[in-house]
Amino acid sequence: MPLIKEDRFVDDPFFFVPDGKAYPDEKGVIVTLARFQGEKESLFAHHAPVGVRLASSEHPQVLKADLPRLAAVVLEFPKFRDGRPFSWARMLRTRYDYKGEIRAVGDFLPDQLAFMARTGFDAFEVRQDFTLDQFRHAMTEITAPYQPSADGRKTIRELRAK
Amino acid sequence: MYRYDEFDARFVAERVEQFRGQVARRLNGELTEDQFKPLRLMNGLYLQLHAYMLRIAVPYGTLNSKQLRMLAHIARKYDKGYGHFTTRQNLQFNWPRLVDVPDILAELATVEMHAIQTSGNCIRNVTADHFAGAAADEIEDPRPIAEIIRQWSSLHPEFSFLPRKFKIAVSGAPNDRAALKFHDMALEIVKNDAGEVGYRVLVGGGMGRTPYIGYVVGDFVAKDDILSFLESVMRVYNEQGRRDNLFKARIKILANALGPEEMRRQVAAEFEEIRKGGTLQLPAEELARIETYFAPPAFEDLPDDMPQIDPDFLRTNVHAHRAKGYCIVTVSLKPIGGVPGDATDAQMDALAELMERYRLGEIRVSHEQNLVLPHVRKKDLPAIHARLKELGLATPNAGLITDIIACPGLDYCDLANARSIPIAQKIAERFADLDRQHDIGELKIKISGCINACGHHHAGHIGILGVDKKGVEFYQLQLGGSAASDASIGEILGPGFGKDEIAGAVERVIEAYLSLRDPGERFLDTYRRVGIVPFKNVAYREQLHAAY
Amino acid sequence: MLTANRLRDGAVLYWKAGAWVERLAEGEIFATQAEADAALAAAQDFVARNAVVSPYLFDVQDDGSPVKEREIIRAAGPSVRDDLGKQANESTSPSWGGRAGEAGSGGGPRAEPPPGSLRSPTSPSGGDEGLFDVSI
Repeated sequence: MPLIKEDRFVDDPFFFVPDGKAYPDEKGVIVTLARFQGEKESLFAHHAPVGVRLASSEHPQVLKADLPRLAAVVLEFPKFRDGRPFSWARMLRTRYDYKGEIRAVGDFLPDQLAFMARTGFDAFEVRQDFTLDQFRHAMTEITAPYQPSADGRKTIRELRAK
Repeated sequence: MYRYDEFDARFVAERVEQFRGQVARRLNGELTEDQFKPLRLMNGLYLQLHAYMLRIAVPYGTLNSKQLRMLAHIARKYDKGYGHFTTRQNLQFNWPRLVDVPDILAELATVEMHAIQTSGNCIRNVTADHFAGAAADEIEDPRPIAEIIRQWSSLHPEFSFLPRKFKIAVSGAPNDRAALKFHDMALEIVKNDAGEVGYRVLVGGGMGRTPYIGYVVGDFVAKDDILSFLESVMRVYNEQGRRDNLFKARIKILANALGPEEMRRQVAAEFEEIRKGGTLQLPAEELARIETYFAPPAFEDLPDDMPQIDPDFLRTNVHAHRAKGYCIVTVSLKPIGGVPGDATDAQMDALAELMERYRLGEIRVSHEQNLVLPHVRKKDLPAIHARLKELGLATPNAGLITDIIACPGLDYCDLANARSIPIAQKIAERFADLDRQHDIGELKIKISGCINACGHHHAGHIGILGVDKKGVEFYQLQLGGSAASDASIGEILGPGFGKDEIAGAVERVIEAYLSLRDPGERFLDTYRRVGIVPFKNVAYREQLHAAY
Repeated sequence: MLTANRLRDGAVLYWKAGAWVERLAEGEIFATQAEADAALAAAQDFVARNAVVSPYLFDVQDDGSPVKEREIIRAAGPSVRDDLGKQANESTSPSWGGRAGEAGSGGGPRAEPPPGSLRSPTSPSGGDEGLFDVSI
């Protein structure tokens, strides 16, 4: 699926390995949480960089100790209505100070992209027909937010104070 | 009241353009209805029985005359000349066209109004005591913190896709006029032993299928901590609220499942972390800045005598004000036989004109579907009352049995099982006699057309719930609910009544009360003293006779 | 019978022979479940073309009146305002108000309009080329 990162389409440096499938020769894999927890050291030793894909019911605190070594955390939106990944991303960025890639996958609307960016997502797996123009438009519709979030953007209150 | 600055104005304008784009994408098919629905709901736009319905936010129920005129204008230009004031202090238009809604929102933006987050699984309109800033018993005006909460919750990136809707209410007085205990989260302004003002925070109240009374999750939250605290509650809810079952997704379910102890522990733990981060602390200067918007008008030094006016109106619709020479006036939207909560465009314009003529400043919407003029000079009362009477807005029934709360029901609402408005009309007509109304005294009847309880029937002294019994409208009676500080959930009386029987059943219940009451007891008090059985016996008496 | 709402203005519509009408009385009554299901399937086309939303089937009696109260009200308008909706012969297209020439008292049987309050006719901007004629 097309991947947007840093305001452009990029090649995916990772390979998602579903449960039960063998690892590819290429480096850079993303696996589910269960698989990661079972094969952690082997993954880091032989298949780095490593990313973990969390279901929306899985709290990222389970990865806390591993975050310094993880290149990516992939947060899944099973249905766009399920807003838990916004909290997970925020926890990762602000509470656990995670510096790696936080990727959004699954069922989400372009209208949610701005919320994602604000909560700490920096990579987005989008539909085939989605354009960069649409992405940029979604990101810039609201200039200044009222409340602080993970992106460190100046809030309206801070802008007022200037 | 709050005035937008350039940032607020730009925010709303951008939101309007965003919605305009979303409507365009829906019309050209780029968005399916399934994708568009949450987006339009976040702008208060429902698809109802006859047409779309647009719910416009009235933050903490406060409007100025310019805004009231705009609502009248929109009613005329885009709708059918009237609007409906709701149990969450908002205004609903029942007939807008989807294609017109972006223009409606653009016009609203010119008077600092919007429909942001009046629906959807996000934080909704923050409601407040409709006597805020005027009531004699007030510790502090709750609206500054309500405004701060409004801003903090607007397009909150983390909490716009909650398990379900989230309703917040704020009160600044010990006498709860904002139905705090039936909200997902509520703030009560309190003073601690040191005399400092802070917030008691409640969670887990709610109406609907499974009503709950909220409990305290924060006994005393300091002002500078309050946003951090609220965010911690939201995070616990967003993370753990149920997503598998729509009917179990509100925070009241989670609050009940975890229990007060565990909920407090989790919220406290989250609060600690957020507080450490510091980004959500509320500086005293910011709160003070917002408070200046809500500074009371400069009250004149006026004599406190009450001039001669209609004693019936004085008795029910005029209330004590903290400033000498002033009073609070309830503008009734409950004419006998009328549609509860409805106002025509002409009435709205006339009210605006009245507000301007007497420099009344603000008008409030109460969750009981009336309007309130908070700062009326007693000396102006006769003229104001006379004008209200001309406009059909002076029915002297505030708090009495004909001051009924009713949801739109099956006459308008796609979700309804039964009509509520005709039931309200029937009951009001039956009890129209004012002497009889005063004999009965304080009696809050609340009617919902379905289990979603938008009419707040669980909190009615007499609550009526419309149900669908094999395609026929039936009505269930509940007794003993209350949305005030003495909050309670009404108890179901028994099997339902047909639409031609329900008013009679209510009348028999009232007669039972009158025969059982001790001197000075309201209906609610008598019910609490004698229990449900005496009422049960009389309510079904007709059926019993019919059976023989 | 089959009903839906028009997307652009929310108006209630009834299926008739592959198209939509605004009056229940003009709508098609299906003799068999198979016919009804076929119409519902065909209606999905209008959904896909972003013309209507939420089509669904409902029952009527032999005389053509709906079985459920909900559909009776939906076909007519709010029971508490007989001056509004289809029962008042209001047009829902192209101009929404469409009440020019209607000398109403401004209220229904129960509503107590204040003296001197007349609702002015509404005429929002924008024509409606739409997929439909009112006459269909």
